[in-house]
Amino acid sequence: MSTARIDEQGNKVYMQYTDASQQDATGKHGVWLFLVTEVMMFSGLFVAYAIFKSIYPEIFYEGHKFLDWRMGALNTVVLLSSSLTMALSIYYVQKGKNAVAMGHLAFTLLCGAAFMVIKYFEYTHKIHEGLTPGHFFTYANGETANLALYFGIYYCMTGLHGIHVLTGMALIAWVMYRLKKGEFSPTQYTAVEGVGLFWHLVDLIWIYLFPLLYLVS
Amino acid sequence: MGHAHVEGSNYLNHEKGLWSWLTTLDHKRIGILYFISVMFFFLIGGLFALLIRLELMEPGQQYISADFYNQVMTLHGSIMVFMVIIPGIPAFLGNFFLPIMIGAKDVAFPKLNLLSWYCLICGAGIAVSALFAGGIDTGWTFYTPYSIKTSTAVIVFVLGAFVMGFSSILTGLNFIATTHKLRAPGMTMNRMPLFVWALYSTAIIQVLATPVLAITLLLLVAERALGIGFFDASLGGDPVLFQHFFWFYSHPAVYIMILPALGVISELIAAFSRKTIFGYTAIAYSSVAIAAVSFFVWGHHMFVSGQSELAGAIFSGITMLVGVPTAIKLFNWVATMYKGSIRLDSPMLYAIGFMFLFTIGGVTGVMLATMAIDVHLHDTYFVVAHFHYVMVGGTLMAIMGGIYYWFPKMFGYMYSETLARLSWVFIFMGFNITFFPQFILGTQGMPRRYHDYIPEYAWLNKVSTFGSWFIFAGFVIGLISIILAFRKKEKAPMNPWGAKTLEWTIQSPPIHDNFEKIPTVNGGPYEYR
Amino acid sequence: MLHMFAFAQSYMPIQGSTFAKGVDSLFDFTIWASIISFVILIGGLVIFVVKYQRRSDNDKTAYITHNVFLEFLWSFIPLCIFMGIFVWGYVLYKDMRQFPDNAIEVNVMGYQWGWTMTYSNGKQSGNELVVPVGKPVVLTMTSKDVIHSFYVPSFRIKQDAVPGKRSKLWFQSDRLGDYEMFCTEYCGTAHSKMIGKVRVVTQAEFNEFLAKDKSKMTLAELGQEAFNVKGCVACHSVDGTVKVGPSFKGLWGSTVNHSDGTTAVFDENYARTSILNPQEKFVAGFANVIMPTYQGQVSEEEITHLIEYIKSLK
Repeated sequence: MSTARIDEQGNKVYMQYTDASQQDATGKHGVWLFLVTEVMMFSGLFVAYAIFKSIYPEIFYEGHKFLDWRMGALNTVVLLSSSLTMALSIYYVQKGKNAVAMGHLAFTLLCGAAFMVIKYFEYTHKIHEGLTPGHFFTYANGETANLALYFGIYYCMTGLHGIHVLTGMALIAWVMYRLKKGEFSPTQYTAVEGVGLFWHLVDLIWIYLFPLLYLVS
Repeated sequence: MGHAHVEGSNYLNHEKGLWSWLTTLDHKRIGILYFISVMFFFLIGGLFALLIRLELMEPGQQYISADFYNQVMTLHGSIMVFMVIIPGIPAFLGNFFLPIMIGAKDVAFPKLNLLSWYCLICGAGIAVSALFAGGIDTGWTFYTPYSIKTSTAVIVFVLGAFVMGFSSILTGLNFIATTHKLRAPGMTMNRMPLFVWALYSTAIIQVLATPVLAITLLLLVAERALGIGFFDASLGGDPVLFQHFFWFYSHPAVYIMILPALGVISELIAAFSRKTIFGYTAIAYSSVAIAAVSFFVWGHHMFVSGQSELAGAIFSGITMLVGVPTAIKLFNWVATMYKGSIRLDSPMLYAIGFMFLFTIGGVTGVMLATMAIDVHLHDTYFVVAHFHYVMVGGTLMAIMGGIYYWFPKMFGYMYSETLARLSWVFIFMGFNITFFPQFILGTQGMPRRYHDYIPEYAWLNKVSTFGSWFIFAGFVIGLISIILAFRKKEKAPMNPWGAKTLEWTIQSPPIHDNFEKIPTVNGGPYEYR
Repeated sequence: MLHMFAFAQSYMPIQGSTFAKGVDSLFDFTIWASIISFVILIGGLVIFVVKYQRRSDNDKTAYITHNVFLEFLWSFIPLCIFMGIFVWGYVLYKDMRQFPDNAIEVNVMGYQWGWTMTYSNGKQSGNELVVPVGKPVVLTMTSKDVIHSFYVPSFRIKQDAVPGKRSKLWFQSDRLGDYEMFCTEYCGTAHSKMIGKVRVVTQAEFNEFLAKDKSKMTLAELGQEAFNVKGCVACHSVDGTVKVGPSFKGLWGSTVNHSDGTTAVFDENYARTSILNPQEKFVAGFANVIMPTYQGQVSEEEITHLIEYIKSLK
């Protein structure tokens, strides 16, 4: 078993690290590397988007009309505010104000939930109209051939993003749990920071998805 | 702090019981877990290979039907790629020795390290369960639209490969963080052993390329389950797009397979020539160069798939560039041996065998990168021979050499040198007998993934099948040598080869914390003066 | 000078097209370049192993860390060779992609597991491409189901046939004869049986082939043509060998054993049902082979022809 010790500041330092600052730096390094893998994974979808956009610009134009840009914009606002509160919660953990940080984390979590609820309404509306992915596409009044392909892209991109929002929410809940147990201090908060970085990435991806899918001209 | 050192205590007897192994966070033990699982998968994949060769011994159907053959061919390929060669060196030898070689007590994230092993095992389990749901017959490349249309259990198998991908990502992430952050005092990047450099370059590819495989496989699942149309021409998609996605990962993945092997060989050549490595900087940076270039060559798998002439030319030209760092390494190794003090112990034999086979694999790679020649050779047995020369002749020879080199350190026992050399003779001879004829079959035009062939190709196929039995015998002898070593328990000294890297300065087998006291490094890794 | 080393030609297939000579010369060059570099490298290695073997455990070795000039040399020289090979390969490849204007055009459709060729006058042939000698031929290819790859080793040409796309390929053969034609993109069960022939014939023979009047053919001959064009040939042999499905040789009038234990005599109606509704009964030993239905793809007339052809296969 990997063993840990407690240093002078009361930080838990695992045996492979010489001190807490090395441990923090390494942890952050790992989170950044993980974010790189996330970017690479999403980039596959963005490349697919770019390719099909160049082949069939018309299905993107027609497809985007089925999306409600107000819903998308609302979700953008929701996620942007959640990013702000996420950043603030890290700030308050650094200042040692754990209760305030907890409030901000809770708000972030709430925003994530709100995003998913809005997304749920959007999805059910589309499914109701028969704008369902692939073989299940039953919408009959499409003007362009291959309209289903647009929705294939739409569901893949927003679906994978949605899974990331859910993952992010779970991570925030985990951080809140640890915060409640008093595991974070102004000198030890790498997990909060890491989850924060992940949450910002999820937000950032949405900021790209929104214009690419909702605001096609 | 840590554990006070008890005489005779080491990482193997530090804790006892199966449970202590399944929950271990010790990089050395996780390395051993990988060792056992990879060897097991290798046995399965190897038996499939023997079956393939047996079926191809004569023209016409011998023992297995075409459908069954296609499944065996797919399983052989995907087991060997995803479960043996990709984790083979990094997750086994790399896990065990990377932290020790840079003077660290463990990898940066031990829990992720253990998780990566479970990802491999779970992924393999899911993939194997596909066999009970109709099998898989797409070839390891899962090309669309065949993989969409076939009635076999593609989704299950592909999800297995997806999970195994995380194993690779986590290993890579761990290695980069460990190399950047956990080096001992004085261990600058330019004092790291070349094996570490190779693992580091590999890790970069694992982190950057594997996520693309992940999304590709997810899209393939979505395509099969829902028909989203990305890869389906009848729905407006493009089947060839899959090939671009797939090779964007899988060509760099080829370097995930070979770069660590190049690192092992650097260690072996230096240690058994008792000489500082020639051109350390060039070898170290050539690994990084290969990793970087590997992302821009995927289109050389697709010269005849209808991509534009210009794209083909660009990919062909860049592919040629990969040859340069590879040539540098080979020449530098030979130069290292100049005026050395060379001993042909079994690890060195494997290193020499590696150079012999890898050179052939390399020059035939240049032929395949040449557009006009590739039009003729693409998807023939020439390609099969080429990648076996690189993957088996390269990577597997390096794994064998690495095992024999580090075995005394890992387990504290010596093995029978005679048996080890004998295994080399069989594997090396058998390998050439098996795969050299396949180069000729390929130039004569025999396509790959063939269950049957025209009579003109008969005698070379027969020779090839004979060769496969020699390889099998060689690996059996190798296995026996290791089993006997455990039974005879002949104690190994701390540094049987007189090598200079850090792992040889500690006890065999190492203690749980690797080092009694973290060393301070004040010189390069190969200071043979 | 390169012809001194005409090494590859000794095991490459016959040079059947105008591309072959160029490709083989380049291949020869790469082989000789490879052999020379191999000898330098591995030769050096062997010499060093012999010359510098360890005499005692206290051997002193030279401490040589690097040599910029040498390292430059063995990166720069390979680079030049590689670039030379690259340009040479590109020039030859460009020829293969430069489609001549006055060519004979043939449409090629790949399917699991065979090829259908359609000539400009509507004439079709299955698994057999007939072309005149000394004339450029352009193939326009696509596929009905999965990706296939059209490959004629003797011509040194290959191109994927991709569903939903048209890909092109051209060649000119100056040598009469028959050449093997393979599918090189893995396509399932009978991938290795997807073998056809390219027949290079004289212009007169080619004209005769194109003009072959259906009204002058016997029913069995028409059946043979349908057998090839419709793709029966992909899975059924006529010489008794077992491919994906049962062979047609000696089938007529014989008693067929089914996988469910029943039997039937192979007659006109049995043949018709087998073509239009192949899932009704399975011949013993072929229960897991899924033959697609040909309902709507063959006319009653063609079925008659096929039956006559099967009758003729004693």
